[in-house]
Amino acid sequence: MKDDAKGAPRTVPIQSATFTNPINAEIRRAAATGIYDIRGGGAKRKVPHFDDLLFLGASISRYPLEGYREKCDTNVTLGTRFAKKPIELDIPITIAGMSFGALSGPAKEALGRGATLAGTSTTTGDGGMTEEERGHSEKLVYQYLPSRYGMNPDDLRRADAIEIVVGQGAKPGGGGMLLGQKISDRVAEMRNLPKGIDQRSACRHPDWTGPDDLEIKILELREITAWEKPIYIKVGGTRPYYDTTLAIKAGADVVVLDGMQGGTAATQDVFIEHVGLPILACIREAVRALQDQGLHREVQLIVSGGIRSGADVAKAMAMGADAVAIGTAALIALGDNDPRWEAEYNALGTTAGAYDDWHEGQDPAGITTQDPELMKRFDPIEGGRHLNNYLKVMALEAQTIARACGKNHLHNLEPEDLCALTMEAAAMARIPLAGTDWYPGKPGTSF
Amino acid sequence: MQTFDLEAQGLRNLNSALHAQSANTNQTVWEVINPKGSHAIAVGLDAPIEVNVRGHTGYYCGGMNKQATINVAGSAGPGVAENMMSGTVVIEGDASQYAGATGRGGTLVIKGNASSRCGISMKGIDIIVHGNIGHMSAFMAQSGNMVVCGDAGDALGDSLYEARLFVRGSVKSLGADCIEKEMRPEHIALLTELLEKGGCDAKPEEFKRYGSARKLYNFNIDNAY
Repeated sequence: MKDDAKGAPRTVPIQSATFTNPINAEIRRAAATGIYDIRGGGAKRKVPHFDDLLFLGASISRYPLEGYREKCDTNVTLGTRFAKKPIELDIPITIAGMSFGALSGPAKEALGRGATLAGTSTTTGDGGMTEEERGHSEKLVYQYLPSRYGMNPDDLRRADAIEIVVGQGAKPGGGGMLLGQKISDRVAEMRNLPKGIDQRSACRHPDWTGPDDLEIKILELREITAWEKPIYIKVGGTRPYYDTTLAIKAGADVVVLDGMQGGTAATQDVFIEHVGLPILACIREAVRALQDQGLHREVQLIVSGGIRSGADVAKAMAMGADAVAIGTAALIALGDNDPRWEAEYNALGTTAGAYDDWHEGQDPAGITTQDPELMKRFDPIEGGRHLNNYLKVMALEAQTIARACGKNHLHNLEPEDLCALTMEAAAMARIPLAGTDWYPGKPGTSF
Repeated sequence: MQTFDLEAQGLRNLNSALHAQSANTNQTVWEVINPKGSHAIAVGLDAPIEVNVRGHTGYYCGGMNKQATINVAGSAGPGVAENMMSGTVVIEGDASQYAGATGRGGTLVIKGNASSRCGISMKGIDIIVHGNIGHMSAFMAQSGNMVVCGDAGDALGDSLYEARLFVRGSVKSLGADCIEKEMRPEHIALLTELLEKGGCDAKPEEFKRYGSARKLYNFNIDNAY
């Protein structure tokens, strides 16, 4: 800054750390419109995450396996507790539930193609089961949601597993909304509602309330499907110890735990950013609940919310998860937010990598839309190939790390293979701070 | 007629035997004795058979029914005929919460009263209640018809979509976006048919019709209170 006319130094302008430019912009936007911001995706704020953990690897005290050559298995079986027909997957990376309606039919087809090529499962979503998805998914998990859009016993029986959705990480305690501009004739027909209206998905199930009721609901679903299908219960990350305990008590074969980084098709930004827990804070608590019930590994745990790489997969599994699920990362692999569409993202007032107005149906990549012209831009065969490539890379990365830790199966990774880079991550993940044998709250220590 | 002792033979055997029936079965009439409030009786049926349950049932009797006619000679627990696709379920006594929840087709007749959330999120089913219904009934009801010969509790039809509600008695209160609507000749004709189907001797002219004001159909900040 220049000195003033008398030569005295001026105060340097300082931006507020509280009232930042993005915060101020949001205040101005709210003041101008009177409407809260709705968007897709998961929490964008920085939270303690897998990046705050490192693997220790092998040395004198640990014996590594040879990369590329020595066997390191990746398979997982889900639903071994009660189901007559558990699901066998080649890799422990599944595709999370995303609705037809939020996504186009070809995008759902691509998810099925990619998952099948990689030897894993995909999942329906709010809105029912589409033929594209069933036809191209060797293993398909059918979500049982509060809205029950598209729910019917024939599709229940055509599914390979049933996932009862109690909540999701982006909005635990909240329902869903599919805005009218994405309600095509087909979407409206599947959901049994008029075309063009905003479709609410309820935040709670219509015919059961607490975990005692849920146990009976699971009995009904098992009876309808002859006890063949694994029953998953999906919860958002809020009180993972108690939610996992109650899910086990209700009779779940599999618990799916979704952190706040997990995406949604459309919810209030304030909900996404201010409700729920990061997945890092959830995993050990859920595993503790499983262990306290004596059911760790018999009831499988799938975690999701911000899984991006094989390192994230390996870290989640080292903390006790049996598998992970990806949603946002799968969409990016299909081509969502690709810089090739930068000019069009700019025209929408955003940029590649930041586009999150999926609910508006104007996705330049043709994935989160029902617009026939935009949908033509997306090739489900190529999309499926890309997803398969990405899933395989993740599995290879996880194997690389597991071998370096001396493990011949991803499930053999364990908390002792990890250290934490920050106090927060050490406390949340109950992993010792790097260079120490201590984490905040460790039994027998004071903090 | 096939008689099945539920207490002696067990739920899994019952549903398995009923699921084994095809469209051409000659075992068309079944009697279930000793239900004793068991849950999930006769769920997921998909054949034109008749199942007569001699006694009270627990949760979800007749859930996801297709084609079958299920008669309950007693009262039914929560979620009777939930998500029914087609067929008929008749309850001689009262029904607990969530009767006919999310039902997509078929007919549910309750000859006694129904508790709260009757017809919640219904998607095409016809529900005919001879007595009263409890609070929050027809919440987010999407389509289909509900006939109530008695009174309705609080918040009838809250967040209603296109379902049609007919109530003969009083309505304690209407839910958000639910309003009384004109009873036109086509509604009288429809109600006449529904009353006949439900075995009710009430006169259609005695009923009022309720439906959606459609003010919540598109997001409006003025409604977000």
